[in-house]
Amino acid sequence: MNSIHDMGGMHGMGPLVIEHDDAVFHDVWHGRVFALRMACAFHRKWNADMGRYARERMPAGEFLAASYYERALYALERVLVESGLLGEEELASGQATSPANVSGTLQPEQVATIVRTRRRARMDDDVAPLFKVGDAVVTRNIHPEGHTRLPRYARGRRGTIDRDHGVFSFADTNAMTRDRKPQHLYSVRFAATELWGDAASPRDSTYLDLWDDHLLPA
Amino acid sequence: MSEHPHDHDHPHDGDADRAHDRPLSGPALRVKALESLLVEKGLIDPKTLDEIVDIYENRVGPRNGARIVARAWTDPAYRQRLLANATEAIAEFGYIERWAEDIVAVENTPQVRNLVVCTLCSCYPWPVLGLPPAWYKSDAYRARAVIDPRGVLKAFGQHVPEDVEVRVWDSTAEMRYLVVPERPTGTEGWSVEQLAAIVTRDAMVGVGTVTLPASGA
Repeated sequence: MNSIHDMGGMHGMGPLVIEHDDAVFHDVWHGRVFALRMACAFHRKWNADMGRYARERMPAGEFLAASYYERALYALERVLVESGLLGEEELASGQATSPANVSGTLQPEQVATIVRTRRRARMDDDVAPLFKVGDAVVTRNIHPEGHTRLPRYARGRRGTIDRDHGVFSFADTNAMTRDRKPQHLYSVRFAATELWGDAASPRDSTYLDLWDDHLLPA
Repeated sequence: MSEHPHDHDHPHDGDADRAHDRPLSGPALRVKALESLLVEKGLIDPKTLDEIVDIYENRVGPRNGARIVARAWTDPAYRQRLLANATEAIAEFGYIERWAEDIVAVENTPQVRNLVVCTLCSCYPWPVLGLPPAWYKSDAYRARAVIDPRGVLKAFGQHVPEDVEVRVWDSTAEMRYLVVPERPTGTEGWSVEQLAAIVTRDAMVGVGTVTLPASGA
């Protein structure tokens, strides 16, 4: 969706503030949001792409005013309600009306293993690639109202397949219908001048990870 | 949920300096309400939350990545494996199972500087660097890194000469990127442990370089 989360290349986001402390969480509640998200994801009622799509639907004005963990909290509340784990009225009142229908919860002794073994998006399906390394491609000019991992700044642009990562679930459909639609994922190289015009350095480039469904032969 | 923000019943609040004697407000209060509700629903165990926070505060972090980089600097065969298939090479350290996460290592050279960003959210190689710093997740960094990488590098004190190529890696899928910085001169004969100690998180994201500690400091 063409929402504010897709901010590559935007101006007006203020100065780059570089903090110099090494705190992982700058407030206690930040860590709680992070941990709640992982503990709730254990129930497998949504996938990472659905979680991202929930965050993207935060209204733009609120999104810009919110901190990183406020955005994460918003998304967590949305997926909890949309998955049926929480009722909207339970969230509003803070009172549970019925126990959740789940078998067990993530236990402390399971966390270290899950951190090391949680499988992401690679798939074993035998799917033929549509492109090979070195192929010239052009990205589709798409503007779906749903989730997409093809950012606006790289739509309708010419690039080159730099490497084939193998077969992965397709985030754009996995976020919307849980259709994993296995297909090849590539690193695609775009010249900075192709993306940003002649003011960019002719030496520089940006690499994006894009799926077969994002690409056409150039 | 308690109506009393001064409530001292924080069995899981690990930071005694904060929160206990101060009223919670805004998102902190909302998170506490949500946590209580999720416990009541039987969806989470609060002890698990403490464990998750502890892991990411204390056990997973950029020291993992630093050991990988130091080994690549000292072991040419490992460097080859890392650049050819970082997922497999990193699994040798046991930080992550080889099938659980896909990582690509990109190498800085005198001719090439690499910079990692996620313009759509905040994807970051957790198993090797831990959770990202706030600046990496900031709107300013995410917006600017692709259109003005040299300006971003300058903000980090890095002047990149015109004849050096800058490659920006926008993490738009589930591949995660680790920059292998250049080994500084003057470290010949150093042990892997000594080298790992000077490899910084910023260098492995691409916004910094590895330098020798100031002598006598």
